Amino acid sequence: MYPLRWMPRLTLLAMLGPVVAGLLGALAPAFGWMPAIGAQRLGFQAFESVLNWPGFATATRLSLTTGLLSTGISLGIVALIVAGWNGTRAFEALRRLLSPLLSIPHAAAAFGLAFLIMPSGWILRLLSPWATGFERPPDWLVVQDPWGLALVAGLVVKEVPFLLLMTLAALPQTQESKARAVSAALGYSKIRGWLITVFPQIYDQIRLPVYVVLAYAMTVVDVALILGPTTPSTLSVQILKWIGQPDLSFRLWAAAGGIIQLLLVIGALGVWRLGEIALGRWARRQVVQGHRGRFDKTLQVAGLTLGAFIAGAVLFGLLSLALWSVAGLWRFPDLLPDALTWRTWQRHGGNLTELFARTSFIAGTSAALALALSLACLEAEARFGMKNATRTLWLLYVPLLVPQTVFLPGLQTGMIAAGVVGGTGAVILAHLVFVLPYVFLSLSDPFRALDPRYAVIAQALGKGENAVFWRLRVPLLLTPILTAFAVGFAVSVGQYLATLLPGAGRVSTLTTEALALASGGDRRAIGAFGLMQTFAPIVPFVFAVFVPRLIYRNRRGLLNG
Amino acid sequence: MKHLLWAGALSLFTTPLLAQNPDPADWSSVTEAAKGQTVYWNAWGGSTTTNAFLDWVGSRVSEDYGVTLEHVKLTDTADAVSRVIAEKSAGKDDDGAVDMIWINGANFANMKEAGLLFGPFAESLPNWSVVDVDGKTVQTDFTVPTDGYESPWAMAQVVMMYDSARVSPQPSIAALGAWAAENPGRFTFPQPPDFLGSTFLKQALIDLSADMDALQAPAGDNYEDVTAPLWAFLDDLTPNLWRAGRAYPATGPQQLQLITDGEVDYAVSFSPGEASAAIANFQLPDTARTFVFDKGTLGNASFVAIPYNSGSKEGAMVVANFLMSPEAQARAQDPNVLGYGTVLDMAKLTAPERAAFDALELGVATLTPAELGTALPEPHPSWMTRISEDWSARYGVLAK
Repeated sequence: MYPLRWMPRLTLLAMLGPVVAGLLGALAPAFGWMPAIGAQRLGFQAFESVLNWPGFATATRLSLTTGLLSTGISLGIVALIVAGWNGTRAFEALRRLLSPLLSIPHAAAAFGLAFLIMPSGWILRLLSPWATGFERPPDWLVVQDPWGLALVAGLVVKEVPFLLLMTLAALPQTQESKARAVSAALGYSKIRGWLITVFPQIYDQIRLPVYVVLAYAMTVVDVALILGPTTPSTLSVQILKWIGQPDLSFRLWAAAGGIIQLLLVIGALGVWRLGEIALGRWARRQVVQGHRGRFDKTLQVAGLTLGAFIAGAVLFGLLSLALWSVAGLWRFPDLLPDALTWRTWQRHGGNLTELFARTSFIAGTSAALALALSLACLEAEARFGMKNATRTLWLLYVPLLVPQTVFLPGLQTGMIAAGVVGGTGAVILAHLVFVLPYVFLSLSDPFRALDPRYAVIAQALGKGENAVFWRLRVPLLLTPILTAFAVGFAVSVGQYLATLLPGAGRVSTLTTEALALASGGDRRAIGAFGLMQTFAPIVPFVFAVFVPRLIYRNRRGLLNG
Repeated sequence: MKHLLWAGALSLFTTPLLAQNPDPADWSSVTEAAKGQTVYWNAWGGSTTTNAFLDWVGSRVSEDYGVTLEHVKLTDTADAVSRVIAEKSAGKDDDGAVDMIWINGANFANMKEAGLLFGPFAESLPNWSVVDVDGKTVQTDFTVPTDGYESPWAMAQVVMMYDSARVSPQPSIAALGAWAAENPGRFTFPQPPDFLGSTFLKQALIDLSADMDALQAPAGDNYEDVTAPLWAFLDDLTPNLWRAGRAYPATGPQQLQLITDGEVDYAVSFSPGEASAAIANFQLPDTARTFVFDKGTLGNASFVAIPYNSGSKEGAMVVANFLMSPEAQARAQDPNVLGYGTVLDMAKLTAPERAAFDALELGVATLTPAELGTALPEPHPSWMTRISEDWSARYGVLAK
């Protein structure tokens, strides 16, 4: 299969072109070159301006702390939940609650959370005025707090389901039940035993998703706009504000800020890596000391409580979105609206149907393309032992590490120059740049961790390479494959800048419309669009969960290693 | 001599290229060429009522002129400006993605100066003859002459919204500040550089300062002196704001929810009809009302402009012209639709056209033209730019 051999290189080329164009398009203005606005003096002025901006230190610190905190907390919660509860009925219930949350777009989840926790939100409405005495919302700085804690919370509720699903997809490749049995027999507590024996194997497989979570959390725009501080905002939001300045010379600031943001992400990944090493050393010393683990019950309860709290926050947040979308007048401290009305849905109904169809088409196409390319690359790697070629596939993750605010304006200029702008095709291509890494990330580790002896045995039984692929690998990997498609679909649905810029604004999706409406703060419209945005990617996830169960209903071993 | 001849011969070849740009004075060929064109109107999409109005405009120009109108919903007008810049830098000088932009103020001044706009066209449109050129500021935009590079379609004026069940109108900015000192945490404004937040700052400056003429020229050495009263006022006000000035609503419409929830009691608006429309939409309680300060409030016009590289300039001009028609203007002024002020001169209209305006109910929270008074002129855009930059440095970045 000659063409297959070229797939990794082809994929790489198709993905690297836009990335390089986007980066060049960002580098030039950062160093003062943007002829369209009359900037033709090369130098470091833009960087100096950004460094001298009074909010720089705070904004930078915020990007770092919110990114590191939310990633660390999310990973910790996931580890506690799986360590303490995997295999129990409580775990199955929690998993069923949390998994669908993955598909919920960040913006919708953030709005839901805000509707719950803000001073005029549902939680205080529930308690007022009978318990709190509040006739009017208290002047509390709960959302948009200057420390970014609400932003961290908003990121955690979205990243826990993501990391949990990644962990579950990796779990069959470890020998978890045996490890548990051995560590329990040696007297280790449930959580400590799991952390020592299983977690290192898991982490090895989910390391890239964790890095992506970190990079994403540091550069996120939509969640930060909704929950993050504004005096000043995080660096990425500030970059967006510079892009939005009427004075065009701020475009140079934005480009320079983007480069700084990129360096910041690289630095944070380095810090995280050092943290991994330090933690690993510390853990090895701990293991040698042979402690069997304490506070096991407390930690178990904490993990389950946190997981349930996250699920509850998002689900009640969604419920409040639903309620707002049909609310008449709804004042504080009323727990429920004065009246219900379909007016919001009637007003947006026709538009919503059209947007829903277009969003699904774009997401389905880009996710299917990404899945085909990823499978082809991984299969080529397996057949030809192309270790070197596939190692360079690391570069695919560049779009996830380069902040969107620096990468996409440059990509837009490049796409216009290449004549591919303004159509659904351009949007699908741009989405592919972001979808492919997620699909590849969620698929590659389970694929590579597949025991190679299956293929050897099949070949010994006289089966060819194609039969091995279609009759062994695909069926064995059905759950990760469907999950990867669903992840890609959800990633595409959530894309904002990657839709707006390559589509030249002419291709609108549920997300671009939702964020345009969000700037107006109309909770009813936000509710309706947030719900539709949530609904769109759920179908592929439902498939990812139920299709393997249906097909393998009498092959339990294929469902969970 | 020879060179001149060559130049002449060359110009013969280049003229047809330039002639691709339509001549607005030749209206029948404009409407002819517009037929079948699709116009991508880039306009802020944050307001449900505005979006519905733009939808209606689309259906009407499609009926009458065969022009398809697509509303590209922006979160920020600057997005459309960026897009035109990106196209110019990539050398895409025709059939660009943006055919029309809802624009005014600094965005217009910058695009006009950078040569990114098509024109002049506005004053050649047929409906320009009924526009109130003398009574309304439709030929200058934040003191910058429009020179026909944008055409007006709505008048806006600053009003303050409040819930009459809780508070009463304030005569001046200073009185509002004094009220906030007694009622800390109950007033805020959208965070500058949001245009409405910046507008509030300008309104405060005009209300507080003695010398309004200085604001009509670009800000220069007099900047410190002229703005000193504003900063003194804000130093006192900020700790008394909602969230003690540590957080602000992002945009104007977000204030509606804050009033409805009872978090704040006053909010600034740039649309006299917004409160009435919001009541009808359940976004404000039916006790919401509006007022203007005794010294008057700022007013300006909303315009549409056409980028130099639009591929549907004729279609865009047809839409711009329709927006100035008595039919569209009367509908925009209807508080159940939009509640925007008209740019037309009632005296220039026919009796039936006028009747459509007379028949409009103003809406429970909308002030009459007499109550609104004469709008104060916008300062030169340089003031808004410097004031919002300064505000961000002083209050937008908390020292910690």
